[in-house]
Amino acid sequence: MPLDKPYKDVPGTTIFDAEESRKGYWLNQFCMSLMQPENRERFKADERVYLDEWAMTEEQKQAVMARDLNRCIGLGGNIYFLAKIGATDGKSFQQMAGSMTGMSEEAYREMMINGGRSIEGNRYLHEWTNKQTNKQTNALADKEKK
Amino acid sequence: MARITASVYTSHVPAIGAAMDLGKTQEPYWQPLFAGYEYSRQWLRDNMPDVVFLVYNDHANAFSLDFIPTFALGTTSHYPVADEGWGPRPVPDAEGHAELAAHIAQSVIQEDFDLTLVNRMPIDHGFTVPLSLMCGQPPADDFRWPFKVIPFAVNVVQYPVPSGRRCFQIGQAIRRAIESYDEDINVHIWGTGGMTHQLQGPRAGLINREWDKRFMDRLIADPSDLAQMPHIEYVREAGSEGIEMVMWLIARGAMADVAGGPAPVVKHRFYHVPASNTAVGHLILEEAK
Repeated sequence: MPLDKPYKDVPGTTIFDAEESRKGYWLNQFCMSLMQPENRERFKADERVYLDEWAMTEEQKQAVMARDLNRCIGLGGNIYFLAKIGATDGKSFQQMAGSMTGMSEEAYREMMINGGRSIEGNRYLHEWTNKQTNKQTNALADKEKK
Repeated sequence: MARITASVYTSHVPAIGAAMDLGKTQEPYWQPLFAGYEYSRQWLRDNMPDVVFLVYNDHANAFSLDFIPTFALGTTSHYPVADEGWGPRPVPDAEGHAELAAHIAQSVIQEDFDLTLVNRMPIDHGFTVPLSLMCGQPPADDFRWPFKVIPFAVNVVQYPVPSGRRCFQIGQAIRRAIESYDEDINVHIWGTGGMTHQLQGPRAGLINREWDKRFMDRLIADPSDLAQMPHIEYVREAGSEGIEMVMWLIARGAMADVAGGPAPVVKHRFYHVPASNTAVGHLILEEAK
């Protein structure tokens, strides 16, 4: 019997469950290795060589080299593990999160200062009809209310 | 006998720690947030505990995917600050109360809560940011936190995470354990994490002020009802990382009113958006004297 996973019906969101964790085990363990300064240096010196030491899929390696965090998450990555790649690159958590939204770094930062992304239109898959990020922000929602 | 005198709730956003470490607390972006903790620092000085039982989650620092404990109790006497990839934060390591931790392990496990006991556990921002917010930066000539700690790490990274109901129950068991400890010491229990935030995917940046406000209202007034909230509501309404708020229910479950005593007094309540990607919530509940 399939398990109940109601969280599949939340747009723009991947819940890191035991199934995702199974797919992403080596990708996430690779990320974990970047907590050691010497590993960060080796990774930066030659990413491909370093990645080839891990039992990751080719797709996972390509996603890491492209710094495509949405793709990494689709392949079983978890954001707290993937954050180690960002740390190695000198990126903040806000830069990493913003990079997954299709917004520019400035636009994302501005959205957060103005109260973040609104919950309206962002609860269910069917609310994202054309698969575009719902751009409704709390600042816009407040304006509409007035 | 040991007694719990207060519970404290706060977000543990890593950027808050970075702002303190880089001397940015007076910048316009950060000033309103730190202003919200000025009262708390004075309150803590006036109500200094001997031990803080600190509920938090590890963010892939102490625990990789090799071991994923649902409830991990720190039972050692020294907790080093983790290097999360940016280098360790320049804050003191924490000193553990190993005797009380052993007592809690003995008591809580015998009440059927199957804890994992951990004797090697570097502490990440989930632990150090609440300490920094509540204590400020300790002076260089007395570089230590002003109380001992017992870390309680909850898995909220890999689903399924424990339910709010289970967290609330375990808080009650922790209260019974602490209250049966013979030494006369003052213990606080802190619940950390949240509030609404989502750090991943195209929906990142979600903030739900109304939901956060209601969560705090219900946590104060009717926590046993709040504890029934299913995971999916946290995920949908508060963001994929908003699920951290189940940890607040552990601290709340340890308050006297849940065991039939008087309701706690709300000493402080604060809410601010944003800290980086996250809504910051903070409460201090003191036991009625």
